[in-house]
Amino acid sequence: MSEPSKPLIIVEDLAKTFTLHNAGGTVIPVFEHLFLEASPGECVVLSGESGVGKSTLMRSLFGNYVPSTGSVRVLHKGAYVDITGASPQVILEIRRRTLGYVSQFLRVIPRIPTLRLVMEPLLENGVSTEEAEARARALLSDLRLPERLWTLPPSTFSGGEQQRVNIARSFIRRYPVLLLDEPTASLDAENRAIVVQLIRDALSEGAAMIGIFHDEDVRDAVATRLFPVLAYKAAA
Amino acid sequence: MSAVEQLASEPLLRVTDLSRWYGSIVGCRDVSFEMHPGEVLGIVGESGSGKTTLLKCLSGHLEPTSGQVEFDTRRHGMSDIYGLSEPDRRRMQREDWGFVHQNPRDGLRMRVSGGANVAEPLMNLGRRHYGEMRSATIAWLERVELDTSRIDDKPRNFSGGMQQRIQVARNLIHGPKLVFMDEPTGGLDVSVQARLLDLMRELVRDLGLAVIIVTHDMAVARLMADRLLVMRRGQVVETGLTDQVLDDPQHAYTQLLVSSVLQI
Repeated sequence: MSEPSKPLIIVEDLAKTFTLHNAGGTVIPVFEHLFLEASPGECVVLSGESGVGKSTLMRSLFGNYVPSTGSVRVLHKGAYVDITGASPQVILEIRRRTLGYVSQFLRVIPRIPTLRLVMEPLLENGVSTEEAEARARALLSDLRLPERLWTLPPSTFSGGEQQRVNIARSFIRRYPVLLLDEPTASLDAENRAIVVQLIRDALSEGAAMIGIFHDEDVRDAVATRLFPVLAYKAAA
Repeated sequence: MSAVEQLASEPLLRVTDLSRWYGSIVGCRDVSFEMHPGEVLGIVGESGSGKTTLLKCLSGHLEPTSGQVEFDTRRHGMSDIYGLSEPDRRRMQREDWGFVHQNPRDGLRMRVSGGANVAEPLMNLGRRHYGEMRSATIAWLERVELDTSRIDDKPRNFSGGMQQRIQVARNLIHGPKLVFMDEPTGGLDVSVQARLLDLMRELVRDLGLAVIIVTHDMAVARLMADRLLVMRRGQVVETGLTDQVLDDPQHAYTQLLVSSVLQI
């Protein structure tokens, strides 16, 4: 990265309101006038109680939710692109190359073996099958997912095992910007420590992250600063 | 316009103000959109929302009452498909397009072997070398994970899922640029659905195909489509990135449609 000080994601004047048309047009304001940036090596942790809008913010940053106003600019191939106004084609391209997302839940096509699922992000980026498989195997070993599970689809796995598959899918390649929505929620202490190390490695290589971590130990281990979402609460 | 936008390719398909009326009854109206190479577009909506009428108009099977469907044809460049002569349009459909029907019986010839079904599009394009066609057919049967020793079996001796694989192979063997799919997994057991969806997704990615897929199944839409058109009473009420439309629908009808899906 040529200019390490340049933020990789810049959020300006963001607001999100839900309008429930089938519930009498109920309007639910979540946040407004929200400004946020993350630079290489930074891990900004969203803080606040449940319901304050942390996940809604994360989904708005990923282009999954449609913000009411404001912009989310991501540094993609050397230029800032506002994903709130980008075409689906451009958003997908940014997600393939620049912006990763680790959710709490694994959402994949059923009946696909774990190893294939972990290889997929590499295949989408043009990596050869052989290399993708080798890297997927290495990462699944690092995450201590038993090898007998690799050829099985993850639907029958425990919560912690599924979550490690999910993490493997997101850390198999380096996304410049990574959004983490409770990636360690169902992991035991030992596996949490492994994920903390993965996060730290990616940060030291220059990734910028924005995350939600309820586990205080994990949060303290990775956060470079806290961001209180409540401060931007929209008036109801 | 950002650098990224400029990199985006020229459209493959451009639909402008397309309407189709059946007398005074609307099939679809005022539909406009563009598609680029490699994009997968899902058209969703309930029965009677106009999905099938729109698909027929787009795929050259039903002339719109008004509006245009332009496609970047191999032989004529960007052309209004209903402005082409009938033979030219049919040739373009054979060369540049594929069409996977919901019911394999509508897309396959049931009296000839599975292998002949797969090879036929090549013959239609004037290929006559039997050995080459047979090896291409075998390669495609392998690609859709069918037992090649059954190349001479008739379609009716295959299961529904396998018939659908034959249909997929038949519609990809000639290297189309755009493939239409009408509820391609609609008649299949869910267990067979998932594997077929994965196979189709893989083929779409590897071949860089553009696909227009009509489905009423939101789960299929989520897995297959990059972006969605939501139709209601013949009109497009919402468009956007698939997960955006499904997770944060803006229009009242889409909110209803998405919230009506049973959770398991």
